[in-house]
Amino acid sequence: MALLQISEPGESPDPHQHRLAVGIDLGTTHSLVATVRSGTAEVIGDEQDRPLLPSIVRYFRDAPPQVGYEARAVQADDPANTIVSVKRFMGRGVADVAKYGALPYHFVEAPGMVAIETAAGRRSPVQVSADILKVLRERAEQALGGELMGAVITVPAYFDDAQRQATKDAGRLAGLNVLRLLNEPTAAAIAYGLDHASEGTFAVFDLGGGTFDISILRLTRGVFEVLATNGDSALGGDDFDQAIATHWRVGHGLADGAGGDTRRLLAAAREVKEKLSFQEQADAQVVFSYNLKLRLHLTRAEFEQITAPLVQKTLGPTRKALRDAKLDVADIDGVVLVGGATRMPHLQRAVEQFFGQPPLKDLDPDQVVALGAAIQANVLAGNRAPGDDWLLLDVIPLSLGLETMGGLVERVVPRNSTIPVARAQEFTTFKDGQTAMAIHVVQGERELVSDCRSLARFELRGIPPMVAGAARIQVTFQVDADGLLSVSAREKGTGIESSIVVKPSYGLTDDEVARMLQAGFAHAAEDRDARALGEQRVEAEALLASVKAALAKDADLLDAAERAALDAAMQALDAARGGSDHRAIKAAAEALNHASERFASRRMDRAISGALAGRRVDEVSK
Amino acid sequence: MRDWIPAFAGMTNALGPRSAGTANATMTPDFSRTHFELLGLPASFAVDASQLERRYRDLQSQVHPDRFAAASEAERRVAMQFATRANEAYRTLRDPVGRARYLLSLKGYDTGEESNTAMPPDFLMQQMEWREAAGEARAAGDTAALESLRAELADARAEMLGMLARALDGDRNYDAGCSLVRKLRFLEKLDEEIDDALELIHERG
Repeated sequence: MALLQISEPGESPDPHQHRLAVGIDLGTTHSLVATVRSGTAEVIGDEQDRPLLPSIVRYFRDAPPQVGYEARAVQADDPANTIVSVKRFMGRGVADVAKYGALPYHFVEAPGMVAIETAAGRRSPVQVSADILKVLRERAEQALGGELMGAVITVPAYFDDAQRQATKDAGRLAGLNVLRLLNEPTAAAIAYGLDHASEGTFAVFDLGGGTFDISILRLTRGVFEVLATNGDSALGGDDFDQAIATHWRVGHGLADGAGGDTRRLLAAAREVKEKLSFQEQADAQVVFSYNLKLRLHLTRAEFEQITAPLVQKTLGPTRKALRDAKLDVADIDGVVLVGGATRMPHLQRAVEQFFGQPPLKDLDPDQVVALGAAIQANVLAGNRAPGDDWLLLDVIPLSLGLETMGGLVERVVPRNSTIPVARAQEFTTFKDGQTAMAIHVVQGERELVSDCRSLARFELRGIPPMVAGAARIQVTFQVDADGLLSVSAREKGTGIESSIVVKPSYGLTDDEVARMLQAGFAHAAEDRDARALGEQRVEAEALLASVKAALAKDADLLDAAERAALDAAMQALDAARGGSDHRAIKAAAEALNHASERFASRRMDRAISGALAGRRVDEVSK
Repeated sequence: MRDWIPAFAGMTNALGPRSAGTANATMTPDFSRTHFELLGLPASFAVDASQLERRYRDLQSQVHPDRFAAASEAERRVAMQFATRANEAYRTLRDPVGRARYLLSLKGYDTGEESNTAMPPDFLMQQMEWREAAGEARAAGDTAALESLRAELADARAEMLGMLARALDGDRNYDAGCSLVRKLRFLEKLDEEIDDALELIHERG
């Protein structure tokens, strides 16, 4: 852990210690957990060795939720309490979910995100996702025989900031240390690229249950560089089921409606859709609640005709991604198919036609994302073997901007910027004597604020009164390696500074996570405290060890006062970890982290300088 | 309606060499290196593209947050700042126009692409012709005309980049450099418009 890694990046301080880390594909219809064992990535199955976990959660009044196959089996009987495809609701409001048509849930508007009333009470999509993640965490801990050090959770590349933040919150709520959010097509590229030792430019075409991503990557000498990504976060295999269900409804004069009958119809549609990947026609029997029994039939030709518009819908984003990457179809060396929905023959034909080459599909499209995430998790946890060196450079999928005059968007960070990225933009006041400024952060490609997603609003106050146009407000956007945004603003015109750092409003604070964890019945209060104390002590010890090691090497980078401050912070943490108050240990660790930041920065700087100095002089000066 | 306006609409990210891409009150690592220094390259317009790419990758291999995922919070923050800085340097130097703009800023010259719209008359004439041709082709849905216009722009751009290299690395005529950057920026905008038009025609089928 820690400062030592500046000299030996990525290597575990104790080479014999293998840290348990997993990759999780939190999918719309299925979720998976995978890990690297003895150098090979593999999916961890359940007790019946089934690799997939249906992403379905059923809630009860007085019992823990049911997750997976059990919940799926009864989804039509208890539709209001059995949540399917919850991923579509992550980071979304009531207006967003309305476009999915009649759903059997009782939605309620909650701050920042829709929530669902269930027998167990109100559940946010974050909580439902956390219940899925908990099952996967327990499955992994059981199989691996220990507590997980961390997890990489995948998200669709085209997920916006709200959806990413919600996913990370779900991970924290499930008790996972989220090492990184990883884009699904990028994860697939890792699994595929490392498996095949590929070099060149690849398109990853990822059609999952509820989302579509297209990513263009360049693989060269151990670097995975995402050049561009595009997609549709509301297009997936589910829509093909819906199209079939609608076709049958019209054909048989069935009434629209939500509830169990819709679920039955959709389940039949899904079954027929899957069969049609292998046969020319298929049928399914549905018994409706009003005692109507129907045999529903569909031919492959009919299926392809009614879903042709959906297939076409994937090609627009594909063209845009190529354009952003400044490439032509001819530049693509290979096309990788990911996601269960890419098994459909007419989709494969469309992809082949577009790219002028048959797609690669030798890795299981259901598993490849989880496998890539596991490989990345293994590296992030510090289990990298010497020489096993590769680097991942990903991008932000959607532009970030600010609302300006007339409801227009001023773009600050363009889409497909390599992350982490920071950009600053200056603004000024509009009225004489104006002392406050409302800042509205939005994400999307459209010109009008009303067409983009609103991420956060905050106010910068305390601007000294000046004539209009004299103040200079610098707004800085920082996007981290998870693709998550934080925004700060300060007035710099007069030397009087005021600054604020915001996290987008839908994000959960640490307190909220703690409260929600408390509300669950996973642990009794004492258990939680004991666990927290143990965790904080381990972390404190690791932090102290790493600072000591860093000091042994680079103490000359600090002057006497800085050294004294750092020593004091170390002593305080050393004293706190002997006590039994986990909050005090956490506070002391935070203080030490803060005190060591400048030191860490100078050490990084020295490491870079060392690398520069190591080059031949004639090479540098040309 | 908002009660404020962009101060410098053209300042897309014209951050000076000493302020770096992560200007922020809460982040104060030592970013006194120029983009060229950070990537270990001589400060000239001529850049070996493969060397630039290699240096960038070497640097990211050292500082990327993925290398510090299991490290302390302070180190993770520092890694993010350095990786952000590396991305900013690479993005700026990879693009010839961005590189020229940055090099000029190091010499104390502001290219003034938004504020200074004065152009020599012959270039203005050429601009108008191109714009007219683009407008007509767009209205007619003539993709072939748009493509050939794009090729013409690419030729003009290549020629201007050659002149830019002479102005910056040879004559050290920085006023001429600024003027060329302004012209190139105009070409870029027109090229984007042609791209948009092609996209639109494509979508309409």
